[in-house]
Amino acid sequence: MTRFIAWRIAQLPLIMVVIYLITFALVWVVPGTPFGQTERKLPAAAEASLKAEFHADSVLSFLGYYPTRLIFHGDLGPSLSYEGWSVNDVLRYSLPVSITLGLFAMLIAMVGGCAIGVFGALRRGGVLDYTSLGVALIGISLPPFVVAGMLLAIFSDRLHWLPSGGWGSLKQLILPGFALALLPMAYIARLMRVSMLDTLGNDYVRTASAKGLSRTEVIWKHVFRNAFLPVFTYLGPALADAMTGSFVVETVFNIPGIGLHFVNAVKNRDQTLILGTVLVYAAFLLTLNLLVDIGYTLIDPRIDITARSAAT
Amino acid sequence: MTATPVLHSPSAAAPLARGTPRRLRNGRIAVGGAVLCAMLLLCLVSLFWTANSNSNFYYDGQHTEVPLAPPQVRPLWMLFGTTRLGQSLLGQCLFGGVISLTIGVAAAAISLVLGVGVGIVAGYRGGWLDALLMRIVDVLYALPYILMVILFKIALEPLLNGMKIHGHPMLNPMASNLVVLFLSIGLVSWLTMARVIRGQVLSLRSLPFIEAAHAAGVPQWRIFLRHLLPNLVGPITVYATLAVPSAILQESFLSFLGIGIQKPLPTWGSLASDGLPLSLTPVGPCWWPLVFPCTLLAVTLLALNFVGDGLRDAWDPKRDGAKI
Repeated sequence: MTRFIAWRIAQLPLIMVVIYLITFALVWVVPGTPFGQTERKLPAAAEASLKAEFHADSVLSFLGYYPTRLIFHGDLGPSLSYEGWSVNDVLRYSLPVSITLGLFAMLIAMVGGCAIGVFGALRRGGVLDYTSLGVALIGISLPPFVVAGMLLAIFSDRLHWLPSGGWGSLKQLILPGFALALLPMAYIARLMRVSMLDTLGNDYVRTASAKGLSRTEVIWKHVFRNAFLPVFTYLGPALADAMTGSFVVETVFNIPGIGLHFVNAVKNRDQTLILGTVLVYAAFLLTLNLLVDIGYTLIDPRIDITARSAAT
Repeated sequence: MTATPVLHSPSAAAPLARGTPRRLRNGRIAVGGAVLCAMLLLCLVSLFWTANSNSNFYYDGQHTEVPLAPPQVRPLWMLFGTTRLGQSLLGQCLFGGVISLTIGVAAAAISLVLGVGVGIVAGYRGGWLDALLMRIVDVLYALPYILMVILFKIALEPLLNGMKIHGHPMLNPMASNLVVLFLSIGLVSWLTMARVIRGQVLSLRSLPFIEAAHAAGVPQWRIFLRHLLPNLVGPITVYATLAVPSAILQESFLSFLGIGIQKPLPTWGSLASDGLPLSLTPVGPCWWPLVFPCTLLAVTLLALNFVGDGLRDAWDPKRDGAKI
């Protein structure tokens, strides 16, 4: 087990290098520069000198400068389009915002999804069962920006219960949190429901009731814990999705998160910022996947991930 | 599919609990498929009018005297109302449907070819090739998905625009925009497919009939085509059906961020993202630019998901419960 984890961790830097190179290749073939996009077209000489200043004049000078800085100083370099900002600073301010939003959304999705799924499974065909189905149908059939826009229109414009956007207070977190949580919540609810129904049919559930345990104890201690595993499998990718897939929500609610900066960076051809964002996202994804794999064995000791990885 | 009603005919004493979901499943495929066919037919047939610049239904025909007119039955081209530029929203929705579905199907086809190809080769050849291909898949899995779609989109665009045959651009800008969109979605979404197919091939490869084919001296390509591929039809159809709606949704996402399909071409996603601010403004909000494209989009996506889920349940006997 320890050897397996060590091996996985040892692979991480290699994967990150490959990701860096792929992303670099993609951003490098894009024509257009971040320089002089706002005002009149820059004179060629000025653009060339700017490019040289930022080491963006050739592949060799870019790859010779930025990766070494990153490795030895942990510095991603200056942002090419946000004047006077370094990529590190942009990430330092925006990353906590996106992480908070993603975690909050996943908390809603987990609690809400599990509750709807469990109670839906216990009362098949009841109100909650149909609620989860309805939410799931909305989630798979409407683009996320429409759902976010609807929430905004209803709770902010019409009812005036919540602010329409911005960042800083708990109230401003609620609407984007729910908008982001909707799809994973629907998915978790359906997963939970199917898995609860599977587990409820097991012999040990009957045994537990027969030996006189209360219904609450049977359901939460024996059924829920066993039914939770498929949901747990989904949590890693879902959490990564909630953090990476938040462009739409961040755009609709005008939240200064990392997704908003990534979209801006792409539009402005800001190579250093694109590279920085992709690297951070990739690091998150890799870490979360590793944690989920380790988490399997903690929840269900019968699962041997080392064997699984040998087979795949 | 045709065999199922025989197995579960009403006369057979199948327990109701087991029989019901199966019947429901077939119902889902039938209903989803019917809705899908109707939508496809409607969009394609209406091309005669929506792509004809003399018709009132022409997708880019701007009737500047009636901007944002509410829906009305007469004249028929104003059935869905008009857009801000006075285009017929009905024409735009139908034409946008053609484009949305094209993107969905083309992206799914690309990811299908890549995924099945890589999966079969990796699973069948095994050894270092398998290890190499699967490590590539692992690395690509670690790349944030939607970020990659966006990066591919902006990186492929100039490449495709720059391609020339005899000094003439190969594609006009509109077509190349479309091609870039489904290429970038397709090139990023084949990973799951490759893993699933590889797993299937691995388990198939050890079965006696493949070994027998080998022993009988059947050439490799023939084993691929005649023995492996037919056994993979199940998972392939399921993933292909489910890849279409996700590609359509991704296109809408890109359109919303302003890096999707370029005007004047409409898609359901871009129409919805255009309609969103119009229906949310506090001053004189109008609902039709949002509601009609969204409804068409939602109906199509639901139908596709129904068919996909139904197929998955039908192919996989272990899954009894309907997930959605």
